[in-house]
Amino acid sequence: MIRELHEKLKKGEVTAVALTEEYLRVIEEKDGELGAYLTVLGDDARRAAALVDEKIARGEEIDLLEGIPGAIKDNMCMTGTRTTAASKILDNYIAPYDASVIRKLKESGAVILGKTNMDEFAMGSSTESSAYRQTKNPIDPTRVPGGSSGGSAVAVAAGEAVFALGSDTGGSIRQPASFCGVVGLKPTYGRVSRSGLLAMASSLDQIGPFARTVEDAAIVFSRISGYDPKDVTTAESDGKRFEDCLTGDIRGLKIGLPKEYFSESLDPRVRAIAQEAIRRFESLGAETVEISLPHARYALPTYYIIMPSEVSSNLARFDGIRYGLHIDDRVERIPGSGTLLETYLDSRAYGFGEEVKRRIMLGTYALSAGYYDAYYKKAQAVRELIRKDFADAWKSVDVIFSPTAPEPAFKFGAKTDDPLKMYLSDIYTVMANLAGVPAISFPMGTVEEEGKPLPVGGQLMGKWFDEETILRAADAYERRA
Amino acid sequence: MLSVEEVKHIALLARIGLTDTEVEKYRKDLSGVLDFFKELESLDLSGESLGTAVPRKTNDYREDRAEDFGSAGKQAIMENVPETKDGYVKVKSVF
Repeated sequence: MIRELHEKLKKGEVTAVALTEEYLRVIEEKDGELGAYLTVLGDDARRAAALVDEKIARGEEIDLLEGIPGAIKDNMCMTGTRTTAASKILDNYIAPYDASVIRKLKESGAVILGKTNMDEFAMGSSTESSAYRQTKNPIDPTRVPGGSSGGSAVAVAAGEAVFALGSDTGGSIRQPASFCGVVGLKPTYGRVSRSGLLAMASSLDQIGPFARTVEDAAIVFSRISGYDPKDVTTAESDGKRFEDCLTGDIRGLKIGLPKEYFSESLDPRVRAIAQEAIRRFESLGAETVEISLPHARYALPTYYIIMPSEVSSNLARFDGIRYGLHIDDRVERIPGSGTLLETYLDSRAYGFGEEVKRRIMLGTYALSAGYYDAYYKKAQAVRELIRKDFADAWKSVDVIFSPTAPEPAFKFGAKTDDPLKMYLSDIYTVMANLAGVPAISFPMGTVEEEGKPLPVGGQLMGKWFDEETILRAADAYERRA
Repeated sequence: MLSVEEVKHIALLARIGLTDTEVEKYRKDLSGVLDFFKELESLDLSGESLGTAVPRKTNDYREDRAEDFGSAGKQAIMENVPETKDGYVKVKSVF
C-alpha cells in the first residue's frame, strides 16, 4: 500500500496534502464511533505534508515513507504535543522533546496524524483500561480491539492511518493486530530505540509498526530501527532496508511448531485456522517440525513477576512534583505521615487507574524485603531457562509458528472483573519478550461469530536480530492468500 | 491470602493512597495473582546462573557531559511542573 501511494505521489496523481486531508476526513467520519485517537494533529500533519509537496515540486527524490500518514501510540513523546499514556496522571503533560522514533519518522518525511488510545501505561490486553475512552473493534464494535496498542491497531484497520506505531511489552502490538486483522511487528529487543517511550518494563518494552501489509510494516520498521546513543541497549542496523528482503521465496525454511502451544486448551476454531496456515507454509516449500519449548508453561507467571517489578520502579517517577497530576489538599490521612507523603499518596491514588495500581503494588511486593529471592530472583532464573529454550530451538529451526492469541476478539467487559483472565490473553506472546526475540503477527483467517468474520492472527518468532526471515515468511504467506 | 496490614504496607511503600474498600479489593486481587506464581515453585533452579544463555551487548561509554536544552527547552520542561517558585521546582519539606 505504501509503495502504491509513493508512486502516486511521485507521479503527481495525488499530493501529500490531499492524501493527509483524506485520512483526516476518515478520522472525522469514523473516530467518534471507533475511538482510535486521543489527539488528532490536523494542522501539524498538513504542514508536514506541504513540505513533502514542495520537495516533489522542486523535482527532488522522495523516500518511500515521505508524505505517508501514520499514527503514534500515546506513550511516545512528541515535542509540544500532549502525551498521556492514556492516564489521568499525565492529563496535562506536554512533551518537551521527541522520542527517537518520532525524530526518525520526521526525518523520513512521514506525516503524523495524531496520538492513539491505549490501555493506561500500556497495561492491559483490551484498551479498556484507558482513562479516556473506549476503542472499538472496527470488525465488530461490540468487541474490544485488543491491547494495549488498541488505538494504533484500529487506526490502521479502519483506514484512519496508513501505518501506526505501537509498543509491545508482552504482546501489546501482536495481540491487537491479531484482533483487528492487521500486521504487527515486535522487533528484537534492542532493535528500536526506547528513548522517549514512557517506560513500562524496560527489559521487555519494544516499539514496532502496525500496517496493512507485511511490506508496509517492513518499510516503517527499517526507518525506525538502528543504534541510538540515547538507548544503550540498541544495536546497529547498518541501514538495512527490510522491504528489499521480501523475495516471496521460503523454500527450505524450517518452521518449528511448539507442541506446548498446540495443546488441548487451544480454541478448536483457532487451531483449525493454524493448521490450514501450516499447510499453506508447506505448500510454499517450507518444512514444518514439531519442537518443544519446555519452559513455555512458566512464561506467564514469570512475566507477571518481572513486568510488575519493573513497572513499580519505572512508575515511581510519577510523584506529582515534576509533572502530571498534583494533589495538595493538606489533609493528613495517615497520622504523622507529613504533607509531602500525602501529596504522593493522593496524586497517585487519583492519577492512576485500577490496573496500574494493581501492578505497581504487585511489583512492590515482589521486590520488597523478604520476598525478592522468592519472586524476582527466581523469575529472572526462569527467564534464563526460557532464553535457553529458544537458543536450543534455533539449532533445528529458523522460525517458530503459533497462533498470536488463544481466541479472537472478545466482548467489552468479558475479562475486566478478573485480572488473571485478562492476563491469559498474553499466553502466546510473552515468550518473545522474555527471550527478546522478534515476532510478527499477520492475518491468518477469520472465525465467524454472530455473523461477523473475526480475524485470527498467526505469529512467527525469529532468531535474535533476524526480523528478515519472519518478515519474508509472513510476506510469502500473504502473497499466497 | 494477604492480610489487611500487608496490603496497607505495600500500598504505603508504593506511595498509593487506598480507601478501606480498595484495600479489601486489592487483597483479593493480589492474592489471586500471587497464587498463580506458585507454578514456579515446582522448578529446581539451584544450578542456574544468570545472563549466560544469550550473548549480550556490554556497556557503551560516552563522555560525562551535560547537554543543554536551551532556554526554550528549559521552559518546555518547567511548564509541566505543577508548582514552581523563582524558576525552581517547588517541593514541600520532607520533615
